[in-house]
Amino acid sequence: MKSRHKRMVFIVVGLAALAGAVGLIMNALQSNINHFFSPTEVHANAAPTDRSFRLGGLVEVGSVQREDDGLTVHFRVTDNAETVPVTYTGILPDLFREGEGVVAQGKITSDGVFMADEVLAKHDETYMPPEVAEALEKAELAKAEAANGAAAVEPAAVQPAAQSQEGK
Amino acid sequence: MIPEIGHYALILALSMAIIQSVLPLIGAQQAKASWIAVARPAAQGQFAFVLVAFGCLTYAFITNDFSVQYAASHSNSQLPIEYRIAAVWGGHEGSLLLWALMLAGWTFAVSILSKNLPDEMVARVIGVLGLVSVGFLLFLLLTSNPFDRLIPAALDGRDLNPLLQDPGLIIHPPMLYMGYVGFSVAFAFAIAALLSGRLDAAWARWSRPWTTAAWCFLTIGIALGSWWAYYELGWGGWWFWDPVENASFMPWLIGTALIHSLAVTEKRGSFKNWTVLLAIIAFSMSLLGTFLVRSGVLTSVHAFATDPARGVYILGFLAVTIGGSLFLYAVRAPSVSKGGEFSMLSRETLLLSNNVLLVVACGTVLLGTLYPLLLDALDMGKISVGPPYFNSVFVPLMMPLLFLIGLAPFVRWKKANLGELARLLRWAFCVALVVALLLPFTMGEWHWMVSLSLLMAMWIIVTAMLGFIRRVKRGNGLKGISMSYYGMQIGHLGMAVFVIGVAMIGGYQTEKDVRMEIGDVTSVGGYTFRFDGVVDQAGPNYQATRGYIQVMKDGENVMLMHPEKRIYNVQTMPMTEAAIDSGFTRDLYVSLGEPVSGGAWSVRIYHKPFVNWIWGGCALMALGGLFAICDRRYRIASRQRKEAEKRKMATANKGSSGDATGTAAVAREAKV
Repeated sequence: MKSRHKRMVFIVVGLAALAGAVGLIMNALQSNINHFFSPTEVHANAAPTDRSFRLGGLVEVGSVQREDDGLTVHFRVTDNAETVPVTYTGILPDLFREGEGVVAQGKITSDGVFMADEVLAKHDETYMPPEVAEALEKAELAKAEAANGAAAVEPAAVQPAAQSQEGK
Repeated sequence: MIPEIGHYALILALSMAIIQSVLPLIGAQQAKASWIAVARPAAQGQFAFVLVAFGCLTYAFITNDFSVQYAASHSNSQLPIEYRIAAVWGGHEGSLLLWALMLAGWTFAVSILSKNLPDEMVARVIGVLGLVSVGFLLFLLLTSNPFDRLIPAALDGRDLNPLLQDPGLIIHPPMLYMGYVGFSVAFAFAIAALLSGRLDAAWARWSRPWTTAAWCFLTIGIALGSWWAYYELGWGGWWFWDPVENASFMPWLIGTALIHSLAVTEKRGSFKNWTVLLAIIAFSMSLLGTFLVRSGVLTSVHAFATDPARGVYILGFLAVTIGGSLFLYAVRAPSVSKGGEFSMLSRETLLLSNNVLLVVACGTVLLGTLYPLLLDALDMGKISVGPPYFNSVFVPLMMPLLFLIGLAPFVRWKKANLGELARLLRWAFCVALVVALLLPFTMGEWHWMVSLSLLMAMWIIVTAMLGFIRRVKRGNGLKGISMSYYGMQIGHLGMAVFVIGVAMIGGYQTEKDVRMEIGDVTSVGGYTFRFDGVVDQAGPNYQATRGYIQVMKDGENVMLMHPEKRIYNVQTMPMTEAAIDSGFTRDLYVSLGEPVSGGAWSVRIYHKPFVNWIWGGCALMALGGLFAICDRRYRIASRQRKEAEKRKMATANKGSSGDATGTAAVAREAKV
C-alpha cells in the first residue's frame, strides 16, 4: 500500500476510535457524575430528587441512633444552619463520629430523608473534606448576614487541614 | 547538627546537578571531550550528596530528633523502628526527597552501566536527567525543606498516620517511585536522541531495557498499593478509581504503550517519532501524577490556598518540561526518516492499535480525573466522578486490547495473511470459547461479562501455549527460544491471570454485613462463621480489641480468624485491621465494625474468589519484563559495539570490565 493511502487509513481509523471513545465518555460522564450539596442547598430544593448526589456537613451531636438490628443507623447532617436526616444500613467508617465532618452518597426520598448507600471515610484525624469545610463556611456567612450585624462572627470555623495523600 | 549536614548536602547536590546538566549538554553540542567527561563523575557526586541528605533525615527519625519539624509531624518515640524508617517517606517533604534520591540513583545507574554507549550520547542523557534533578532539588529546597527546625523542639512527635503503619507502606512508595522516576531515563534518552538528531534502531535498543525496568517497578508499585488498600483500608476493594490511584495508573498505561512501540522501533525502525512522543508523554504523566498528589490540588483546587508555592512550582515545572520537550520535538521530528513500509495486516498495525487503545484509555482516565478539578476551578459546582464512569469507559476499550494480545504474536512483521492466521488460530479460539462459556457454570451462576472476560483470558493463554509449541517445533527445542520471547509470553500470561482475577471478583464475590452476638453463626460463600467474642489486647503503640471468629466448613473447624479494632495512642484514631485468610482460589475476609447493644458486634464478612490472581497477574507481568531485560541480544549488541570500539582505539581503557554488560547489570539491579 502506498504510504499516502496508509496515512489516510490510519487517520480514518484514528478518528473513528476517537469518536467512539468520545461517545462512550460523554455517555458515561452524563450518568455518573455526582454533585455535591450542603444541607442548606437541600432545603432550598437545589438538590435533585431523582438521582443520587453527595451530601456533606457535620454529623449533628446527639443525633446518631441505631436500630435494633445493629446495622441501620439514623443521623442528621448539619451545616450549622439546616439539617438533613440520613439513614444508612451497613458498617460505618472508622472515623465516623458525632460533631465530625461526613460525606454521604445517596438519594433523597419524598419525605426528605436522605437514604445513603455510601458514607465516606476520611483517612486522617485532622482532615476535613474541603467541600464540607466550604459548605460550613458558606452557612456561617449566611447566618452572620441574617443576624444583621450582630456580634462579629468568626467565619471559616474550620480550615481544611492538609490531607495526608499517602492515605490516598 | 546532623540535620544541617543533610541540608548542606542537599544544597551541594543541587550545585552538582547544575554542573551535571550544563557542562555535558553544552560539551556534547560543541564536541568538547573534556566537558563531556564531566557527566559521569558529576552524576555520581550528585547521587552521593542526595544519599547523605537522605541518610541524615533517616537518622533524625531513628533517633527521634523532634527538633526537626518534619520528624515531629510524622513520627513518634513509641513508633516501632521499622515504621520510623518508613515514616521518612510518610509525608510530603520526605517522599519528595525519596523521589530525588531515586532520580539520582537511576542517573547513577546510567553512569556506571553505559560503558558501551557513545560518550556523547551518555553525556546528553545524564545532562537531561541533571536538569530534572535541578528542578526537583530546587523544589525541595525552596518549598519543602525536610530539614526545617522546630524551635523549641517538640517533646514527642505527632505520629505517623496509623493507616500507614504497615509493611506495605515500607515498600510501596519506593517501588512506585522507582517506576515513576525510571521513566525519566526513557525521557532523557528520547530528548538526547532529539538533540543529537540520531534517532535510530540503536537508540531504541539502548533505551529499551531501561524503559522496561521502570515499567516493571511501576507495575509492582501499583500492585502493592492496590494490595495495601485491600487489606489495610478495611474496605475489601482492590481498586477504587481514586484520583491518586489514577495518577499512578496513567504513566503505566503510557509506559505499556511505550515498551511496545519501542519494540517496533528497534525491530523495524518504524514509529520513531511516535516512540519519542510516547517517552515524553510517559514522563509528563509521571510529573502530572506528582503534581496531582503533591500539590493538594486533588480534593479541591482551593487547597492551593493552603500552600500556593508548592502547587505553582510544580505546575510551572510541568509546563517548562512538557512545553520544552514538545517544542524540541516539533522542531526535530519532521526531519526523522520514515521506517520500513508495512501493510494493513501486519504486526506493526496491531502494535499501533495497541498503542492507540492504551493512549485513548489513558485519555479517558485523565479526563475523569481532571474534569472535577476543571469544573471546580471554573466555579461550576462540585462534582465527583465515580467508579461507574471509569468502568463503563475503560472496560470496552480493554476488550479489543486483550484480543490483540493473543493475536499479535502470530502476525508477521510487514505483511501477514488473514487466511493463514485464521487457519492457525481457529482451534485456539474454539477452545477458549468453550472454556469461557462453560467455566462460569462451575461457579454457580452465568454472567455474560464474566464469560467475555474469561474468553479473552483463555484466548491469551491458549495462544501463548500454541505459540510456544510452534517455537519449540520450529527451532531446535528450548534452546532456540530467546529470553525476550519468554518475557513477552510471561507478561501476557500475567495479563490473562489478572483478567481472570478481576472477572471472578466482579461476578462472584459475596459480602455480608451482620450483627453478631456471641455464639451467632452466619454463612458466606460455603463457609460458616461463628462469633466467639472479643478480647482486649495491647499492641506496641495501640490498644486492640481482638475478635475471635471460628470458621467452619461442612461442620468441621477450618480456622480461627482474628480481626482487630485498634485505637492508636497518639492520634487516638480507630483503625480496622481485617483478618484475611488468603488462598489460591479464594480469600476469606473478616473485619469488625463496631460494638452494638449487649456484647454484639457488627461484622463484615467477604468471600472473594480468585482475588489473589489480580496481584499474582501483576507479579507475572513484572517477571515478564525482567525476562525481557535479560535478553542476550542487548549483551551481544553491546559486546559487538565494544569490540568495534576496541579495534578503533588500540588504547582501550582498562576500566571497563570485560563481560559485565549494561543490561545484565540492570537486571541484577531489578532483582534487588
